Amino acid sequence: MSTTDAGAAAAPAAPPAKKRPVVSDRSRAENRLGQRLVLPAVIVMLLVTAWPMIQALYLSLFRYRLTTPDDKSFVGLSNYGTVLTDSLFWQDTLNTVIIMVVTVAVELVIGFAFAMVMHRIVFARGAIRTAILIPYGIITVVSAYAWQFAFSLNNGFVNAWFSWLPWISPDTNWFGSHWPAMFAIMVSEIWKTTPFMALLLLAGLSQVSEDMLEAAKVDGATWWQRLWKVILPNMRAAIMVAVLFRALDAFRIFDNIYVMTRGAQDTESSSFLTYRQVIQQFQLGLGSALSVLLFLTVLLLAWLIVRLFRVDLAQARGEA
Amino acid sequence: MATTSRATRNVVGTWVGFVIILVWCLLPVVWILSLSFKGSGETAAGSPHFLPQDWTLQNYRDILGIGSVTPGQETTNNDFLDALRNSFGIAIIATLLSVVFATLAAYAIARLEFKGKRLVLSLALAIAMFPVVALVGPLFDLWRTLHLFNTWPGLIIPYMSFTLPLAIWTLSAFFREIPWEMEQAAQVDGATSWQAFRKVIVPLAAPGVFTAAILTFFFAWNEFVLAISLTSTTDSRTVPAQLSFFVGPDPFNPPYGLLATASVVVTVPIIIIVLLFQRKIVAGLTSGAVKG
Repeated sequence: MSTTDAGAAAAPAAPPAKKRPVVSDRSRAENRLGQRLVLPAVIVMLLVTAWPMIQALYLSLFRYRLTTPDDKSFVGLSNYGTVLTDSLFWQDTLNTVIIMVVTVAVELVIGFAFAMVMHRIVFARGAIRTAILIPYGIITVVSAYAWQFAFSLNNGFVNAWFSWLPWISPDTNWFGSHWPAMFAIMVSEIWKTTPFMALLLLAGLSQVSEDMLEAAKVDGATWWQRLWKVILPNMRAAIMVAVLFRALDAFRIFDNIYVMTRGAQDTESSSFLTYRQVIQQFQLGLGSALSVLLFLTVLLLAWLIVRLFRVDLAQARGEA
Repeated sequence: MATTSRATRNVVGTWVGFVIILVWCLLPVVWILSLSFKGSGETAAGSPHFLPQDWTLQNYRDILGIGSVTPGQETTNNDFLDALRNSFGIAIIATLLSVVFATLAAYAIARLEFKGKRLVLSLALAIAMFPVVALVGPLFDLWRTLHLFNTWPGLIIPYMSFTLPLAIWTLSAFFREIPWEMEQAAQVDGATSWQAFRKVIVPLAAPGVFTAAILTFFFAWNEFVLAISLTSTTDSRTVPAQLSFFVGPDPFNPPYGLLATASVVVTVPIIIIVLLFQRKIVAGLTSGAVKG
């Protein structure tokens, strides 16, 4: 019903060509209508993010454990001091950064190869789209279990299939030490999210003009030169958007670690540490400090990527 | 001659790529499917075989509570079916509400000039990148005060907040492509404004709204952090959370078959949606980030 009102009310304002002296009146009405239409969405988005974030900022200044709620006392910035001097915090941050960098880099390569195939292919387009969307749609917890079982010592197939590799034997215990466990976690993360990367890159690839490629070919450019001098520079915006989204997503990794190792073998991520402090140990004060730090890190990361690669999201959307 | 061999090489290359993509994407799915048919005896003894040595449907009977359930597994299937019900209910309600709000907002963003438009888009983007875990503590506290802890609305509300950005971005990109002049054209031809809206605009906008709904549903169906933090019983626990609590009697030997079976059951809706709507999903995913 409300959609109907919107359609009907906005119709007179539609043709922008008819700009006459009445424009100020009409644009004021349009301004009001526009703001009213976005208001519900803005309220819902802020309700669950802005208010709890302010709450977290406030709680982070207290010593506050849910198990002893009466023992709540103001401690200033000492929670931040505790966190920043703890080696576990830095270990977990390092893990998170490693996972982020490795998965995004690998996904970029595999995703680009997938996008190339999907762009070129003339048969079975529906089949390939369906196949690639299954990992995208599957529940991360399911992906984590599938890979945990695949790497499992007793029931997995990885050891059996790959024991011809020098560093894998039938009794390789993937979850018994740090790096193999990190590897298994990253495999699940990469499997689940490569399709997203591939689809964003595919969209970018379809924007590269065929004429330009043809011209480069006529001028005698090799395949490699065409890739680096024509294709990649022309899909820069798409690559950057994909990297931005995936990097921030990978930085928040939680589900895979929770299911596959529960943080054992020092495989905790920043998100997992924050969760453990708040939900399992009820350390709301300390946990809030971790939440604030996590939030600031993501913000910094987003700013860095946007700055470093000069991502212009508006331009990528074709708005500028 | 040279061109023919290059063409053949291209065709062969594409075929190889096609097969690699299929294997890569489907291998883990086939793996859990195979695991779901292995009996508990086989997995307890340990079996490195990819396919079951003895095919059995017992896991499905235990998970879905059909036929003769293995003694001791009654609660497993009750809990799982409750979680399935919660997942469907919460994901569908969150999707409907989120899409309605997003449609209003995206319409305004695509068609109207108003102050704060860029601000709304930036806010949506910021929330899309928000670390959900950072909210868990304060939200846990707040939800207990408001009696929203361990309830459906307690999950529906945050799911709406976190799916709105994607829905707004997808829909506003989509709405920008709609030839809105056709509405006037219909009115000139004698249609009332309601008829023009219903017969012209709704059919044009529906595919975009539908695509946004699918992406929103996927998010809500998949969400895990909030699902384990803001629930405590099967009154509101969703499938991803319930799966992570599925430990079985022996913590050192997880119930592989049951977990795989439950995984297969919750993947079926995803596969059906993907099979039916793959083209729309791809269009939606790519239009939100990069205009194709």
